[in-house]
Amino acid sequence: MKQTFAIGIGGAAGQGVATPGDIFAKIFSRRGLHLNAYNAYQSIIRGGHTLLTIRTGTEKVTNMGDRIDLLIPLNQDTMDRHLKLLSAGAACIYNADTIKPGPAADGVQLCPLPVSELADISRNKVAQNTLAIGAGLHMMGIGFPALEEVLREQFKKKGEAVVAENVAVARAGYDYAAAHFRAFPNPLSRTENRYAILSGNTAMAMGGAAAGVKFYCAYPMSPSTGVLHWMAAHARKAGIMVRQVEDEIGVINMAIGAAHAGVRAMCATSGGGFALMSEGLGMSAMIETPVVVINCQRAGPSTGVPTKTEQGDLWQMLGAAFGDYPRIIAAPLDIGDCFKLIPEIFNLADRFQCPGLVLCDLLLSEGRLSVHPQDLDFSPSIDRGELITSTNGNGTPSAAATNGDYKRYKITDNGISPRAIPGVPGHIHTVATDEHMEDGVLISDEFTNPVKRRAMMEKRMRKVTGIEAAVPPPVLSGARTADVTLIGWGSTMGVIEEASEILNEQGISTNQLQIRWLVPLHGEAILEILKDSRHTIIVENNYSGQFARYLRSETSFVPDGHIRKYDGEPFMPHHIVEAVKEQLAGKTQWVGKTQVSVPMHEIMV
Amino acid sequence: MAIGVQRATQQLTMADLKGRVDPDWCPGCGDFGVLAAVQKALVELRIPNHNVVTISGIGCSSNFPGYMNTYGMHTLHGRALAVATGLKLANHELTVLVTGGDGDGFGIGGNHFVHSMRRNVDLLYIVMDNQIYGLTTGQTSPTSRVGMKTKSMPFGNIEAPVNPISLALAAGATFVARGFSGEQKHLTELIKQGIEHPGFSFLDVFSPCVTYNHDNTYQWFRPRVKKLEDDSAYDPADWKAAMENSLVWGEEIPIGKFFERTDVPTLHGAEPVLNEGPLVRCDPRVPLDVARSFIEELM
Repeated sequence: MKQTFAIGIGGAAGQGVATPGDIFAKIFSRRGLHLNAYNAYQSIIRGGHTLLTIRTGTEKVTNMGDRIDLLIPLNQDTMDRHLKLLSAGAACIYNADTIKPGPAADGVQLCPLPVSELADISRNKVAQNTLAIGAGLHMMGIGFPALEEVLREQFKKKGEAVVAENVAVARAGYDYAAAHFRAFPNPLSRTENRYAILSGNTAMAMGGAAAGVKFYCAYPMSPSTGVLHWMAAHARKAGIMVRQVEDEIGVINMAIGAAHAGVRAMCATSGGGFALMSEGLGMSAMIETPVVVINCQRAGPSTGVPTKTEQGDLWQMLGAAFGDYPRIIAAPLDIGDCFKLIPEIFNLADRFQCPGLVLCDLLLSEGRLSVHPQDLDFSPSIDRGELITSTNGNGTPSAAATNGDYKRYKITDNGISPRAIPGVPGHIHTVATDEHMEDGVLISDEFTNPVKRRAMMEKRMRKVTGIEAAVPPPVLSGARTADVTLIGWGSTMGVIEEASEILNEQGISTNQLQIRWLVPLHGEAILEILKDSRHTIIVENNYSGQFARYLRSETSFVPDGHIRKYDGEPFMPHHIVEAVKEQLAGKTQWVGKTQVSVPMHEIMV
Repeated sequence: MAIGVQRATQQLTMADLKGRVDPDWCPGCGDFGVLAAVQKALVELRIPNHNVVTISGIGCSSNFPGYMNTYGMHTLHGRALAVATGLKLANHELTVLVTGGDGDGFGIGGNHFVHSMRRNVDLLYIVMDNQIYGLTTGQTSPTSRVGMKTKSMPFGNIEAPVNPISLALAAGATFVARGFSGEQKHLTELIKQGIEHPGFSFLDVFSPCVTYNHDNTYQWFRPRVKKLEDDSAYDPADWKAAMENSLVWGEEIPIGKFFERTDVPTLHGAEPVLNEGPLVRCDPRVPLDVARSFIEELM
């Protein structure tokens, strides 16, 4: 197993969980360490319970892992919830003045800080946090200058006095730990690498900027709002028009309007907002104006659990808007992929003049990951497809006669018709959400025409063949044959990867098939891969096995088992490992000929 | 529309603005008059038709773009203003006309109507208001009067109608007018003013439905409509007077320009991102030094 180290910082919202998290993250990234951070929180601004898990290591850290090495509870509630979950070798640093530890496992080091002795708590309300950071870093074997540097940056704006005070408090914690606590046996290493730390929302927003998005609009909705925030903050530098709209219906229609004028337009929302956008997606498909929509899934149905993750919107995406139309749906595999996917899906949406849908989730949207700066490529290929943009219109009228043969919906072999944008002389046409002929004239009202209707349906749907050819089929990772094949999609890539590693180490050979492109699915290729699998298990973050049902509908494939989780929290590696072992032993619940495991989330967050 | 309006170098004719098909409206429909007035206004303003985009929702009157020889978008029911806002922001040199009916604009599209006005999006929104749902064969609309009998309210409407003029004034529209399809010259003049107005121009047009609305007919409107312009003391800069007049409905119904102000920045004018020109002509690439600074923030 890769060596990693995880810190859990918990407290009530408003108690300052984020700041120590940011400080640790900065220190780790400057040591050239990878990290993965996940914040379990609630829909509350003050109060409740949040737990931030930051896991670091020299190799890529793909998920929050199974264990916390250092727990920093900022209140009694956090101590009561999490101390009992620590195992031998872990430590817990806490304010001895206000928090009492409960029973802990053997080998867990309790590190009480006499906060009122070490700092003037009447002056510094978050002294316990700063002391704990200092103490923790000493135990991890990190020199004090690294912390001092970050504290200086953090408090620079508040003046030298505040900087000095925080540095002194941190120093007190650092020195106290040196004198009283046992350091962790393996000090955190250091590498020469430098990483960017970003959330999936930031990654998708930046991916949009890299793809040449010029118009972004949204209605705030957790967990997608981070995309709006990045876009709004960077709009002027990046030359992007960013608008907050009255509702998601307005969002999708405004985005389509901008796209129709000829720019790349994007919007992001969560399941509820996406539901409002469905009719607009149908318009995008019918008038053949490409738009990219991101759905950051949260636990549904309805308002659901706004701050919790789920992969529960797959069928909503598959069925969004009525009627048949070409669409592209992709689920990013990790936070780096959140960036990379956006230019790719824009190229496809532009080439095939249809909606491109990105199916992200809270785990990636709000999680944080270290990404190599080279993987944030701001010069990706940009393919606008067959777009007629010459805007030399300077007063020359184009009467009907001068429009020549231009037909917006010209019937072609590949279904793609060259798209002229408004303002181009000689290409005047009206696009319509009603069914229309090649020239855009309606065949829905005064005269209908079955022959033409069929021809237009087939023209649009022919694009599906091209999309299939443009999108690569999924590939198996790991050995060609194995005892177990774990199948997942989107954000579960990292945790399944780690579960596979653990299983392989324990002698259960495991490989992984992770799906990124959901539409087109490449069902034949998937069947070809799975035909050599001895035992297949589909792992997904929802109740009904939405991907399993989709795969079955497309290929008739039925796996040997399912591992599902729908409690709002993401999978941890041991959830999958234990479920696989139980299923191989035939000890789980049988549903017909397959087994279904629903792992219990042990952490109460 | 002051910014970027381009004039045709040669005179367009009414025929140049005729679309690929003839209107399928019922004979006598008020919308014919609106179509003719819009075409006439564009001819007189000498705006090249490839720089005009006519955008509609769904309904009888929303078939409008198909009858025009301009770029057109026949969008979704109630959504024309949202689409038009996005289009205008992506290319603010285009002249944008939005057309539709009262159900489309004040019913299903009411939310976008209010917000487009407060944003002062630079476009002309013409509502062909016939106080009835026509394409769905005659149901009560948001502007149907109390007591009106329709297929959906056969015993008479018990809901108060929306007052589009008051609503527009309250929502911050910077040009608010009412026309009558039976007053062609007057209507054409209002359309011209609305196109030239920098900001959101709202034009509610009485456009009688000869098939389903037997209450509010040409004959009903003709003796009642009274042009505000005929009162030399009327000042369209006076918002309170406009609001007062918007409430007048009965033996006399005012038409004309209720209100106009030009001191409010348009949405595209207020956005510095557009200083370099229309987005559609901007380089899609983020300059590499800017991109580097974005990444540097994360390190």
